[in-house]
Amino acid sequence: MSEPIAYYPGCALEGTGHAYDRSTRAVGAALGLPLQELKDWNCCGAMEVKNIDPRLQTFLSARNLRIAAEMGHHTVMAPCNGCYHNLKKAEHDLTHDPDSRETVARLADKSGEAAYQPGSVRSIHALEWIREALGADGLRARVKNSLKGMKIANYYGCMYSRPRHIFPEKDKGPGSESTSRPHFMDELLAAAGAENMEYPLKTACCGGAHTLSDSDTSTRLVLNLLTAAEECGAEVIATECPTCHSGLEMHQARAARVFGKQTRVKILYFTQLLGLALGLSARQVGVAENLSDSRDFLRARGFR
Amino acid sequence: MTIHEKSLIRPENLIQHDKLVIDGVDVSGDWSTFIAPRVITDYNEALEAEIAAMPGGQHIHRCWQCGSCTNACTVNALNPDFNPRYWIYLIRLGMESELLRDKDIIWQCVSCNKCTNICPRDVDPEGVMKATAHWLELKGHTPRSPAMTFDHEFSAQVVATGRIEEGRLLQRFFARTGQKLTQDWLVGLIRGLILRLPVGLLARLGLAALRPPRTRRWDGAQRAMNEFIAEQTTAQRKALGLPPETAR
Repeated sequence: MSEPIAYYPGCALEGTGHAYDRSTRAVGAALGLPLQELKDWNCCGAMEVKNIDPRLQTFLSARNLRIAAEMGHHTVMAPCNGCYHNLKKAEHDLTHDPDSRETVARLADKSGEAAYQPGSVRSIHALEWIREALGADGLRARVKNSLKGMKIANYYGCMYSRPRHIFPEKDKGPGSESTSRPHFMDELLAAAGAENMEYPLKTACCGGAHTLSDSDTSTRLVLNLLTAAEECGAEVIATECPTCHSGLEMHQARAARVFGKQTRVKILYFTQLLGLALGLSARQVGVAENLSDSRDFLRARGFR
Repeated sequence: MTIHEKSLIRPENLIQHDKLVIDGVDVSGDWSTFIAPRVITDYNEALEAEIAAMPGGQHIHRCWQCGSCTNACTVNALNPDFNPRYWIYLIRLGMESELLRDKDIIWQCVSCNKCTNICPRDVDPEGVMKATAHWLELKGHTPRSPAMTFDHEFSAQVVATGRIEEGRLLQRFFARTGQKLTQDWLVGLIRGLILRLPVGLLARLGLAALRPPRTRRWDGAQRAMNEFIAEQTTAQRKALGLPPETAR
């Protein structure tokens, strides 16, 4: 067992992204990577609070980082792209923007809490968590039930790599993640036995910010992602963000009902796919809890 | 002579005469099409400063019009009228009436950050889009957009409880924007899910909807954030020369 790291599930993983929470925890347990949930965490503000004022968002994430530090952690892991992005954005703004730093200090003081000291906690995504702890080779050695060449389009979305400014550790050459052509998920799923498709829309937008307020735009963007994946030969789109994931599922259904455009590609969290490869059951990784139904597809592939 | 790139001229600025005689010379036919002269006098010289006073707009002055933002833009690919480079240009020149032609689509920015990622001058065009949408609403040029309604509902819930409970957010948003919760694609999706879900989990989700999750020890943060929002709203209205907000 390695040292536990702080786990920040975020609001979506308590709701529509429940299967992502379940599969993340199950994969952690199967790999012997302990997680300790942040105490009294708050919402990161997602993509909404920043539109009221970006500094409020910085305050929200700084509060979570401060809690991680107080719990004695040096690393906090978030599986949600939105949460991860906001933690990184807060760290960046607190380090580079005096106005953000002063505002957050003032808000923390008013709320009767200590202010977060930038640089004391490192924020990582669930992809980095598994990759750092085991690497692709370490993961390959643990695979019990290979994905057996399952054809996968790896979809990373916007918030995992944009804007580049807030990810200073990326684009540092071999071994580091790329902001324009991310590959961490590809590497992990390849180790689990998947065949990764050359998918040009890895970092295209699903319209998640306006999934309900401008549904037609979101449906058009998602339909583009789905049809491109099918044309690349993918059977599954692997996701690593609950907003993207539920957006893809919802607008796949909406495209069929409202636009009359049917697509068959399955949508699964990368943690669900990893879990299945590690020998966990479909139930243990929450396949039935997804909005879309992938059960028959997985059963036909021998995953129960 | 034909006008080259006629498609780039707005129809209302094209003047076409069936028969035209100038100085006794009959120029009917191809020579009778003109581009209306344009004289712009209604500059709002404070426009750039006003946008810069809105959250996200503070770096607009850095723009040197390279167009990378529009080139990278997700929404532009769906609708060529969605043109961040052009709007930044208009704002910096103070051409308010020209900007207002596009007032009903500016809120559609999906915050994919492709523009902010690519911008060589760190203008933060994504922030400028949000700042401009704010400005349009504060000035009364547009009603509150569905996206801004969602932002406000979402933020109010975060400030009040520290967390988001999606069911309640959805319900309140649909009520605010006058949409039915029973749109058939949504119903189909949720019915399918309910049929698959284990009973225990269903009960838990139902309970979460009745007793929404809250962050403990949140009162202080709630108070601080509310004060900050009130203070910022006052400052923004002042920057736009608007009277203080009356109590709602």
